Amino acid sequence: MNMISPRSFWGGMSQAFLWALLLAVGVVVIYPLLWMALGGFKSNSQIFEQPFALPEQWSFANYLSAWRGVQGYMFSSLLITVVSTVTTVFISAWAAFGLTRTPMPAKPLVTAIVLGGMMLSPTVALVPLVRMLQSLDLYDTHWALIILYTAFRVPFTTFLIRAYMLDLPRDLDEAAMMDGANPGQIFRRIILPLCRPIIMSCIVLHILFAWNEYLFAMIFTNNPAVQTLPVGLTSMMSKQGTDFAQVFAAMTISALPIVIIFFLTQRYFIRGLTEGIGK
Amino acid sequence: MAATSQIMQNGSVAGAAVHPLSPRRRRWLEPHRLLGHVLALRWIALALIIVGWFVYYPIIDNFFVSTTNQDIFTGEVMHVGLENYRRLADDRVVLTALWNNTAYALLSILFQVFGAFCLAAIVEALRSARWRNFWRAVYFVPSAISTTVTGLLFYFIYQPNIGILDGLLTGLGLEQWSRVWLGDPSTAIYAIIAMSQWQGFGYSTLLFTIAIQKIPQELYDAARMDGAGPLRQLWNITFPLTREMTGMMIIVTITGAFQVFNEVMVMTGGGPNNSSQVLGTWLYQQGFIQNDMGYAAAIASVVFAVTMLAASAQLWLTRRRRVLV
Repeated sequence: MNMISPRSFWGGMSQAFLWALLLAVGVVVIYPLLWMALGGFKSNSQIFEQPFALPEQWSFANYLSAWRGVQGYMFSSLLITVVSTVTTVFISAWAAFGLTRTPMPAKPLVTAIVLGGMMLSPTVALVPLVRMLQSLDLYDTHWALIILYTAFRVPFTTFLIRAYMLDLPRDLDEAAMMDGANPGQIFRRIILPLCRPIIMSCIVLHILFAWNEYLFAMIFTNNPAVQTLPVGLTSMMSKQGTDFAQVFAAMTISALPIVIIFFLTQRYFIRGLTEGIGK
Repeated sequence: MAATSQIMQNGSVAGAAVHPLSPRRRRWLEPHRLLGHVLALRWIALALIIVGWFVYYPIIDNFFVSTTNQDIFTGEVMHVGLENYRRLADDRVVLTALWNNTAYALLSILFQVFGAFCLAAIVEALRSARWRNFWRAVYFVPSAISTTVTGLLFYFIYQPNIGILDGLLTGLGLEQWSRVWLGDPSTAIYAIIAMSQWQGFGYSTLLFTIAIQKIPQELYDAARMDGAGPLRQLWNITFPLTREMTGMMIIVTITGAFQVFNEVMVMTGGGPNNSSQVLGTWLYQQGFIQNDMGYAAAIASVVFAVTMLAASAQLWLTRRRRVLV
């Protein structure tokens, strides 16, 4: 073997080239975000005069006033995200258990109905939902978003949990059944604890969805006390669009929690995404 | 599934002998079983109710709304048949929107499917697992951030006075390229699409890296023995073996492209001069600004048709995995 093997060719010369390429893409991805975060430290005039420069003095003033501005939205986002995560995950876990572990009649049909909801897009339901939420007195409430986020995410979440439950061995719940455990006990004591990894994934994916959702939030809420961060940001933008530094700070504040959650829970995140799109 | 219910039924009657000749299909009608079966529905009841009520019902209702017009002043609902659909055919903005959605889909397939595939192959060619994870995590970051934030961010980046894009072009000696990106009807939608590529490619790169990791290493070793270079390996092994993922990604990308709303709304609102309207924003404009709900519902039906087509393609693609049954 005196010829250069492809691996060492690929390895030696092109690892450097690959690195340069990855680094370049990395800069394109990260620089705009960094620019946004740094913009929050600058004075408004510096943003205009030296868009590329580092902040002249690191001042937290913009971040503090932006925080006061987004606090209310942050609370709504937090409330809606937490409650809709709990409702979505519970309803989906129950549904998945029913679909995989009980003698439910017409199972293929029920499965098709619940999972089929994945294909339906929020845009199409928008117009009728307006009238519906108004007649239910839910318009402009936190509940409107909690219910819609749950309804539109139960199909996908059920899909993930169901696929996981189908792969769980049946010996354990059969043994429990022999010992006289009822389905409720099997669900709580055996299946649910075994499903912890996929449930973590579902929680993380739902948080990502609910924290960032804009369409429903914009259309079904009007009162600033009910509005979530994405909507709050755009209204902040139209109200104080000239105070760029503060808008940059507000944008950074609203993006930060989700980025932190992503880095902390990457493992679950990735599992959920891969299971979701197909193995 | 059949085997599943078989097991459950045996279990629930504590090991009663299964009569080999009894037609299994009818057995659930026996009274003592029937109760258990119906009770099992309680597990799914909440999901069926909330999904039926807030997802299926409005989507079916949308077709009825699309055949009506509501008088803004009296609130009276008039049935107009397919009139709203006829208007769709004459609406030049619908044509613009359809083109913009299509451009969105095509460019996203180019960058977020094929571009991301190449990038994923490059990431996976790194020797250190730690760096592989590092890069795909870094590239994913924009996907975790809300489109409202990234939309606003690029709204600023494209601004002529404070934006860094024109500053960058000037720095590179390309001043003649700089323009009011979002204010020029010929570039507005492409500026938005470019932002969307920036935000979304990391998501598909991550999925492709996982698909690539599943390919057995022996295949590459064998190819190397046969003297296949890296590009040949990419084309003859990696690409064919991630084909299913590629197919799924294309469909997901098309579906997403026809539901686009946030970034357009935040960056241009469909302007200037409706040049960057997409179906979603035009629907919003007609239904919620002009109060023409019937017409908005007709636009929604177009979105429905496209997403259903994509969904059927997806089902067909995954038919062997039997996602539903």
